[in-house]
Amino acid sequence: MASDTSKRSSYFLITPMALIFAVFLVIPLLTIVVVSFWDYDEYRILPDFILENYSYLLSSSVTWSIYLNTLKYAALTWFFTLVIGFTVAYFLAFHVRSLTWQIVFFMLCTIPFWTSNIIRMISWIPFLGRNGLLNSALINLGIVDQPLEFLLFSDFAVVLADVHLYALFMVVPIFNSMMRIDRSLVEAARDAGASGFETLKSVIVPLSKPGIAIGSIFVITVVMGDFITVRLMSGGQSASVGLQISNEIGLLQYPAAAASAVVLLITVLLIVTALLRLVDIRKEL
Amino acid sequence: MALMTKTRERRPRSFYFLAAFFALFVLFLYGPMLTIFILSFQGENGGLTFPMNGFSFHWFGNLFEQQAVGDFGGSFGRSLKLGLIVMVVTVVVSFMAGLAFRKRFRGDSVVFYLALASLIVPSILISLGIGLLFNIVQWQPQWFTSALGAHLTWTFPFGLLIMFAVFNRFDPSFEEAARDLGASNWQTIQHVVLPMVGPSLIGVAMFSFTLSYDEFARTLMTAGALNTLPLEIYGMTTNVTTPVLYALGTVTTGFSFLVIALALGTVAVMRHRKGQKA
Repeated sequence: MASDTSKRSSYFLITPMALIFAVFLVIPLLTIVVVSFWDYDEYRILPDFILENYSYLLSSSVTWSIYLNTLKYAALTWFFTLVIGFTVAYFLAFHVRSLTWQIVFFMLCTIPFWTSNIIRMISWIPFLGRNGLLNSALINLGIVDQPLEFLLFSDFAVVLADVHLYALFMVVPIFNSMMRIDRSLVEAARDAGASGFETLKSVIVPLSKPGIAIGSIFVITVVMGDFITVRLMSGGQSASVGLQISNEIGLLQYPAAAASAVVLLITVLLIVTALLRLVDIRKEL
Repeated sequence: MALMTKTRERRPRSFYFLAAFFALFVLFLYGPMLTIFILSFQGENGGLTFPMNGFSFHWFGNLFEQQAVGDFGGSFGRSLKLGLIVMVVTVVVSFMAGLAFRKRFRGDSVVFYLALASLIVPSILISLGIGLLFNIVQWQPQWFTSALGAHLTWTFPFGLLIMFAVFNRFDPSFEEAARDLGASNWQTIQHVVLPMVGPSLIGVAMFSFTLSYDEFARTLMTAGALNTLPLEIYGMTTNVTTPVLYALGTVTTGFSFLVIALALGTVAVMRHRKGQKA
């Protein structure tokens, strides 16, 4: 009897969240799948069951090069955020000794995350631009005699902005994993004669793996679906899957956009499934 | 304290290398923001890059003239209202869900995986899906309907995960004690659970407000006829080539900082009060 009431109260408590997910996540995703088989003309989308959206998408060489480009952004951003995120988390977890300073430094890293992404992208313009700070400095120092053109509106700028925006996604979960490592393990390794590097390699890195996996999932999925960083930072000169979808939306080619979206979703889910084999997320909270 | 640790054990050399790395990382995070902050005070004839051509509040004034740079005031108001609605809904719903998840119930893993899916599904897909859905059933997308729903799919996972983290470390014996003393379910929640998880709920509130306030991709196809602030800013990046863009950046970032400070201040006050009571 008692467990009956408590079960009922659980259902009551979870209903609002379940409803929102149903209406604004599940049904929209199903809508995308359905519409990806529809036809369209310049003005409307027409209910139908055709495979042209997919066959056109998958047979176009543009699609493949766009996927390759997007994977390149994801891989580069993943690599740099991992190196930076791991190093920063390691510093915070093992070298900052007072809890107060750990919290202060951690907040310092976190605050930019709570400000506008678009503004954070724009803020690179005066630094990287043709007459920007970096070019002026390089010219004044005599390192180059002409402004470097590749700094802004390029692949370099896209990856730089992605790393800038998402490095925190690596810092937080890795830091979280590292804080749970029993400090006596580290001491035991040292007592057994392991050097700092050996301890890092055979104790800290393996035990930080769940954090690394969660951070990687975050960074890779967000870069795979991104379109605004690519559009702003490449100055319209590069493409990504997300940008392709947003362009098709702009042209009102919804079924084509839907087909691209389904393929993107499958790609992202495959990557995440692979990464989830490394970690049990529910245990990490 | 710092002195004591120094005498206790000498820092290894790697410490200084890592400290320098961390300092560079912080510079990397804040440096660009600082440059646009400075450049937003650019003189009237100044451009988008250094050098500063005088010092003025010209571009801030420019921001509030409606025709000059689009509808800054209106979009700011909408983003503010939307952020507040998202905040209240996320705090209440996540708290309820957090309570629900303390017991196992049929379908709990479905909701859990939906939350994870919501986190990893690219934002533009949410935007596209909701846009298409509204299109097909012929509802007019509005910032307070479709965009609200789109934002909630983004803030709920964060809210739920924070609640998991909180309740995993929550000692149920306090509630048992309250119930033994004759408190009703609601009284237990009101007088025991809420005060204990209060600071975390402030965290959820700040998270959900700022995530909504800055959200672009999920709003793209769901905002309807009237822009939210990120959409407005995005529009400006393509057609505004004056430092008014930086003025806007400075104002919105300043506002975000204000929200963060408010949240941190509230948590500090709550902790302080709790400390006094105990």
